[in-house]
Amino acid sequence: MLLFTRLFNTIDETTKTNAKVAALADYFSQASDEDAIWCVALLTGRRPRRTVKSGDLREWTIELSGLPPWLFVESYQTVGDLAETISLVIPTNKESVSYKLHEVIGDVLLMDYESEEHKKAVILNYWHTLDKNQCFVFNKLITGAFRFGVSQQLVIKALAKHYDLDDKVVAHRLSGNWKPEKTKLKDLLFSENVNDDFSKPYPFYLAYQLDTVPEELGDLNDWQIERKFDGIRGQIIVRNSEVFVWSRGEDLVTEKFPEFGRLPSLLPNGTVLDGEILPYKDNMLLPFHIMQTRIGRKILSKKFLDDAPLVMVCYDLLEYEGNDIRSLSMRERRSHLEKLISSLDQGEKPVLLLSETLECKDWTEVAEQRLQARDLQCEGLMLKHKDSVYETGRRRGNWWKWKTDALTTDGVLIYAQKGHGRRADLYTDYTFAVWDNGILVPFTKAYSGLTDKELVEVDKWIKAHTKEKFGPVRSVTPQLVFEIAFEGINPSPRHKSGIALRFPRISRWRKDKPMEEANTKQDLLDLIALQK
Amino acid sequence: MAVFLWIVKKYLYIRNVLLQFHPYGIYCPQADVFIDPWKSVPKAIITHGHADHAKTGSAYYLAHHDTIPILKLRLGADTNTQGIGYNETVTINGVHISLHPAGHIIGSAQIRLEYKGEIWVVSGDYKLQNDGVCPPFEPVRCHHFVTESTFGLPVYNFPDPAIVHDNINNWWRTNNEAGKNSVIIGYSLGKAQRIMKHLDPSIGKIITHGAVHNVNQVVNVELPEAIRYIEDIKKQDIKGSIIVAPPSTMGTPWMRRFEPYSLGICSGWMQLRGSRRRRNADMGFVLSDHADWNDLNTAVKETGAENIYVTHGYKSVFAKWLRETQGLNAIEVDALYEGDESSE
Repeated sequence: MLLFTRLFNTIDETTKTNAKVAALADYFSQASDEDAIWCVALLTGRRPRRTVKSGDLREWTIELSGLPPWLFVESYQTVGDLAETISLVIPTNKESVSYKLHEVIGDVLLMDYESEEHKKAVILNYWHTLDKNQCFVFNKLITGAFRFGVSQQLVIKALAKHYDLDDKVVAHRLSGNWKPEKTKLKDLLFSENVNDDFSKPYPFYLAYQLDTVPEELGDLNDWQIERKFDGIRGQIIVRNSEVFVWSRGEDLVTEKFPEFGRLPSLLPNGTVLDGEILPYKDNMLLPFHIMQTRIGRKILSKKFLDDAPLVMVCYDLLEYEGNDIRSLSMRERRSHLEKLISSLDQGEKPVLLLSETLECKDWTEVAEQRLQARDLQCEGLMLKHKDSVYETGRRRGNWWKWKTDALTTDGVLIYAQKGHGRRADLYTDYTFAVWDNGILVPFTKAYSGLTDKELVEVDKWIKAHTKEKFGPVRSVTPQLVFEIAFEGINPSPRHKSGIALRFPRISRWRKDKPMEEANTKQDLLDLIALQK
Repeated sequence: MAVFLWIVKKYLYIRNVLLQFHPYGIYCPQADVFIDPWKSVPKAIITHGHADHAKTGSAYYLAHHDTIPILKLRLGADTNTQGIGYNETVTINGVHISLHPAGHIIGSAQIRLEYKGEIWVVSGDYKLQNDGVCPPFEPVRCHHFVTESTFGLPVYNFPDPAIVHDNINNWWRTNNEAGKNSVIIGYSLGKAQRIMKHLDPSIGKIITHGAVHNVNQVVNVELPEAIRYIEDIKKQDIKGSIIVAPPSTMGTPWMRRFEPYSLGICSGWMQLRGSRRRRNADMGFVLSDHADWNDLNTAVKETGAENIYVTHGYKSVFAKWLRETQGLNAIEVDALYEGDESSE
């Protein structure tokens, strides 16, 4: 636990990549195998399931600290992190009992089936015997809000360096469906055969946004141009007559997509497809929000399946006839993909479509295609070099996404709430309004987009212009105008305004604009109508 | 709540009380003096030399001897000042006024006012930790206590400063051994002297930013030897040294000349992970010249006062806590002090 806490602190306190990799390598050289596998699990987003309610943790903290409940709430709102608040207000120890990471996690997982008193005894025992730092990390573990400041690629790099393996091999072996309780790190890293776990996906290859003019990319004939669809990026695997569907977040989501259940009888074993899962009906792609209504559901009724039937629009073929073909060129993979899809007898309701490549005579025509994206429910274009191999993670150079410019609207700041994490104790979570017959109606929240300096400035302004406080939320004098950028806009019965934005963020502070000139609700409704 | 405060404020104005919370600052009508006014007034008493407490433009300033050179440095050499010592009394129109150590920075004082048996104490900013630079805080019995609340939340429990100073020296030593400079950030008046006082000069050279150097020249504190940074100092001559600089230098090109360096910040806000990460420093040292939660409570208790006026900081929270759990008549009052740490 001490070693792990030190790793966490070091990574937390530095922004330098080299220092992070060094800290990881240092950890792996010292930690036991049982602890290291849990560390890798936590670093790659495999958190232990939660076995204690945060309401209980609050109650025990209030009891232990002797604070009135309202003061605990004030403290929590200022700190912006439950785990940290607890570690700051309970009496802590200078010296800590030394625990092993895997034993602590084992303890906490085990108590899932126990009574509340038992849970309380376990937790309080740790609180009483850990120092402030370790107590904080322990609380992070049990509240399930554990996020390390390292990317998966960095973990891969550190492991590859420490065990002298290739980055790509490590990336692949870490993906998929392994459980830290049942796995040994060395078995995981050194397993030779992919078929050890035949559900295992390949790490996704992700593109950066194009940051130059496309002419800089050179000869158009070297590039494959496709639409960038707005759905769920996924991987479909058929091996051993079973189908597995993975989302880009490396979640196994097979049950959510019963449409793909018939694929084992269609596709040969040893096939892995990369594509976009989208709603599709009567030979037409449907907007993303149609699918959104069914994604959160645990049980899919027939109505959902009928209203939003899904397909995969296939971009790429990663495994073909049981062979990993990621190192073949895009050109060759594409030709295998086309052959495969066209050979399938899918009947009246196809579930696998081919992502069409666009034939353009010059880059100007490509640019025109990009502008049509929004009308076609797309986010823009994908530009892939025809010689490119299928890489792992986000890389520059051979693949680019070229998204359409975001939509924007000007909204007035009306509510603010304190942020979390590095924005704790600053008013950084805003609600914006547009005009509707002379009244300001809230239409979206937005959290990101301002610089740290602007955040501090807006925070000061909010504190000086607060009208009322409702719990953690402050209403402010309407005055400041911000430009909100977003990727899509849809009708939504769940929102008061009847509007839902996709990926809203603040694109700039319109200091030049008086609030009377902010947009209206009608402007937004017009945008929705335009898409139809 | 707002209505309640309004009534209390109204009541304070109507009743002929010793101190009022006036739009220009804390005002004593009987003696016709203001304490830490933020507008120009005929007579001002100053608790300490930080910019948000010592504003320019008043005709006369009364403060502790050690604050006078700071006022002259910051407000102008021709400022009309009068210095007195701790526990020395000045009587104006029957009001006995005396200064008592506040432990905040060099020269900082609590201001005690007594008239016809009624005693008020205005704390200014204060801390209970002994920083080894200025005389430690002395509790003063009173009926009415005006307290700050910069860190008036139970999440602020500051570590033993001796440990923090050890950590600073260890950090400096490690950087020094790696051939790196250490840039340490602290407010130029107060924090900088406190940091320097506890540096171990055997590790390397101590370099001061001009703003820190200027303050060092006028304050009455014995400090380890330091070199003022000037343009023609060669990079190789200062390798492995520690640079003491004010917060305003962060993120400026001035800092680049110390590359490679590790950046450390000394502030009470460093207690919270969010603030630490926001400042983008390599190290956050929890070192504050303000009282933490427990010390605020101790200070209030030791005055024996029943009427508490809470100014800048978490004033509504701290006032509510004192009312509801300590049974005191505590209210929050508006003051324009930002607190020196709020801008760090």
